[in-house]
Amino acid sequence: MSWAPLALSLEIATLAMLVALVFGTGIAVLLTWKRVPFREFFYAVVCAPLVLPPTVLGYYLLVALGTNSAIGRAWESMFGSPIVFTFTGAVIAAAVGSLPMVVRAARIGLEAVEPNLIAAARTLGARPARVLVTVTLPLAAPAIIAGAMLAFARALGDYGITQMVAGQMINGTETASIHVMNALYGGREGDARNMAIVTTLVGVGLLYVANRVLKKLAGGAHV
Amino acid sequence: MSSPAPGSLVAKLRVQRGEFLLDVELDCGPGITCVMGPSGSGKSTILAVLAGLAVPDRGTVTLGGQTWLDTAAGIDVPVHARRLSYMFQGLALFPHMTAQRNVEYGIHHLERGERATRAIALLDRLGVKHLAARRPRTFSGGEAQRVALARAIAPAPKLMLLDEPFSALDRDLRAQLTKLVRDQVAELGIPLIHVTHSIAEARLLADQVLRIERGKIVDRGTAADVLKDITALED
Repeated sequence: MSWAPLALSLEIATLAMLVALVFGTGIAVLLTWKRVPFREFFYAVVCAPLVLPPTVLGYYLLVALGTNSAIGRAWESMFGSPIVFTFTGAVIAAAVGSLPMVVRAARIGLEAVEPNLIAAARTLGARPARVLVTVTLPLAAPAIIAGAMLAFARALGDYGITQMVAGQMINGTETASIHVMNALYGGREGDARNMAIVTTLVGVGLLYVANRVLKKLAGGAHV
Repeated sequence: MSSPAPGSLVAKLRVQRGEFLLDVELDCGPGITCVMGPSGSGKSTILAVLAGLAVPDRGTVTLGGQTWLDTAAGIDVPVHARRLSYMFQGLALFPHMTAQRNVEYGIHHLERGERATRAIALLDRLGVKHLAARRPRTFSGGEAQRVALARAIAPAPKLMLLDEPFSALDRDLRAQLTKLVRDQVAELGIPLIHVTHSIAEARLLADQVLRIERGKIVDRGTAADVLKDITALED
């Protein structure tokens, strides 16, 4: 059995988690600003991947990033290859699917920061950006990291969106979840079972370690 | 009317929140002004507006002749530029920072070595130098108050605001800390507005007492004058 699909899944999930972490935290910070217009509507749109069927989300991404789209054409002229049906496409698909995990957790974490701590920082001369970096984000970090963990798990287990946007080129975009499907329907039942078991062990193991780390972090961040 | 003393806080505030109306005029020279009154009378709102954390419907705030707020002229100096210190009821020490880093927070503009020296010196003066490397969750009530006081005076503020920071302490500890506050304010020569329910604390600290009820100042003067017949506010 080739381990390439599992390695690819881990690589995609890690990159997708990082992308979701950066954008998701940024979006969550914006959502805590009361002056942002239509912020609850914006929040609902960002969280839509939680409720949309993966095929629908994949369809939207194909339309938005495909070779006929403005983004797709711009990308191709810059990098010489399309986004869709490539490794980049798989990362973007997994990142979009896992973005709500980070946004929801980060928003809860940011809004749970004691307002007096933020006020205290301001009265001690800190400008808003410094308050965010030195007080708000560190105190919300355990929640944000929890969101990132869920994002990783979601990206690792993604099938539908990746299938739509990145296809399933063997050794190119065939992730572990797609490999299980291909092996099963290709009559390689043992191969499918082994990949399923290993993927489960890796996913559960990583979540277990991350949870332990998170528990330590949370203990240090809260009084 | 005589002109205010140098460094004085002069404010005129009007805040309408539903049926509640706060309408007060303050003239506080260097020294301690205790603001006393029942819960919901508007004491904390006054502090929030002076700090710039809340905006009144109408009002002016000047400190030492410098305008911080003038709603009619559209002036509202941001909180971070007001150079004040605010001790909150829950103290609001940053839980993820050590005592030293808490104290250093307001003197960020100083070079690192100077910042550390000043923070340690202040913690030492307030008797909590041994806590420098520890985080607030390990502090006792009195230790946390001392660290919060060190943090409040570190930036050499032009105005200090205290929102019942000693309310959770026992009488002896409170007396110790009120003396520390009085000494620090005398040294800095700045106005300090202290919201408190404690008549004993006001008698011990105040150069001026303002008694506020339902958003209006109903009495002002020395502690001896304003509090002579009052025992009802005593905690």
